[in-house]
Amino acid sequence: MNTPPVIQANDLTKRYEDLVAVDRISFDVSEGEIFGLLGPNGSGKSTTIRMLVGLSRPSGGRATILGRDILSGMIEAKKQIGVVPDISNLYDELSARENLLFMARLYGVPKALQEQRADDLLRAFGLYERKEGKFGSFSRGMKRALTIAAALIHEPRILFLDEPTVGLDVVAARSLRNLISNLRAQGLTIILTTHYLEEADHLCDRIAILVKGKIVSIDTPERLKSLARGRLSIEFTFSSGISKLMDDLSERLSDSEVALLDESRVRIYGDDPQRIFREAFRFSEDHGLGLEAANSVFPSLEDAFVRITGLSPVVMLKEKGGK
Amino acid sequence: MWQDELRCIYHIAEKDMRTYYLKPPAVSWGIVFPVAWTLAFYLRNPQDFAELVPGLIAMTILFSTTAAEAVVINFELRLGSLERLLLAPVSAESVLLAKVLGGFAFGALMTLVVAAGCIIGLDLHPDYLGLFTISTLSLLAFSSLGALVSVSVKEVFEAQTLLNLPRFIMIFLCGVVYPVSAMPEALQVLAKFLPLTYTVSGLRSALAGGTPYLWWDSLALLAFLAAFIFPAMRLLGKKFE
Repeated sequence: MNTPPVIQANDLTKRYEDLVAVDRISFDVSEGEIFGLLGPNGSGKSTTIRMLVGLSRPSGGRATILGRDILSGMIEAKKQIGVVPDISNLYDELSARENLLFMARLYGVPKALQEQRADDLLRAFGLYERKEGKFGSFSRGMKRALTIAAALIHEPRILFLDEPTVGLDVVAARSLRNLISNLRAQGLTIILTTHYLEEADHLCDRIAILVKGKIVSIDTPERLKSLARGRLSIEFTFSSGISKLMDDLSERLSDSEVALLDESRVRIYGDDPQRIFREAFRFSEDHGLGLEAANSVFPSLEDAFVRITGLSPVVMLKEKGGK
Repeated sequence: MWQDELRCIYHIAEKDMRTYYLKPPAVSWGIVFPVAWTLAFYLRNPQDFAELVPGLIAMTILFSTTAAEAVVINFELRLGSLERLLLAPVSAESVLLAKVLGGFAFGALMTLVVAAGCIIGLDLHPDYLGLFTISTLSLLAFSSLGALVSVSVKEVFEAQTLLNLPRFIMIFLCGVVYPVSAMPEALQVLAKFLPLTYTVSGLRSALAGGTPYLWWDSLALLAFLAAFIFPAMRLLGKKFE
């Protein structure tokens, strides 16, 4: 027997005067699933989350969390959800442990369990040694970890994570992704917003791609990636910088898309690999760039994203720089 | 359920007291400023300090309740910590009430210190019920005024600046140092629209042993409380619509 979805959104809409931030989106999330909302900045991901957790009133449509309407039953629904906003917003003046205990009291965790649960979470997140340290003195990664721990203090059934790894270094981000995978293994339903395509690919069971407030596709990462097959992308590495020659290269490969990865690397998307290789070699010779490597790249979620949304890969690569 | 709301209100107010109020800036603004101000007037006319006591208590109520309201609301709004509270199973109205009660509790503590010092030091014999009623209503009304001003603007400095306007106008026009009856008629009319007038008048009656007018002052303060707290609740809710 199919269990009912834990989250249902039907034609959910948010308008700010003339701007439609979220435009009649509909989706379901099943229990135990990691569901990703993926899209560039301003696509409506965070607004969707804010409506679902009761921080913003929808302008239209309907949504339920664990069967409770988000307008009439939000206070009860909040007891079952944990939310990690895109900024780590605990209290600088309170210690790590005091922050967790304050959250436990707000959510009505029984008094006998509050300290035990706080200490367990501090251990699980590797913060026990710093339990008396003030939140304001923590590193960005530690703040993020404690913010997630605070969202779990009342043992919610659903966890909302808004851009969980933004601003973290590589090690902290990897550690956080492992943690999210572990939470899923414990049966938690997770709604995740991100504009990191690799993150969505690595973590999510299903992904909704949002562009300008609309869902343009919902599917598993594998199925989304299959949409990009048949379109080749090739990465070229040069010994000299190419950034100043991007306009020339784009003009020469006018039927392809050219994205600058870094100062000496470009990725070219197109349907005619022979022509891409030929023109890239010639371009390198003409400008004395010293071609060092050329690799065809297996279709990634990024390729699928570009194909589905029609956004330039350059836009997506800029997005990776963070908000 | 209302028990959840009450629990959240208590814990938020208690957290605000520990985090913001019981700190040197709030204490100095809440108690040192009114005492220093009163002392200045006492030195000018040392014969009748008891006359200044209602004004001193009224100023302590006004300044202590509004001392950190901008911080507990605007600072938390800016950092996103207020949003964190609204993620808990509690309504925006209860969060606002908790913020008001934090200011109320701190103000009550400061007022108790000042009032007890005056009553014992000057051997006064007030109407304690009247004193309690006027003080409680005033503490709630002025804490709500601080909350209303704070939710009306975005930045801490805007709230502080905007709050200074009614605070200083009220010091001069509400009978704190000069009797309202001695002011020009136009200012007497204006004083009727300022809540501190009723605080000073009520405290003066209570410290004199109580008069029937004390209850009129209480009703006026209750009306001001309603006029400040309900719009503040509405405005906070609107910020998250």
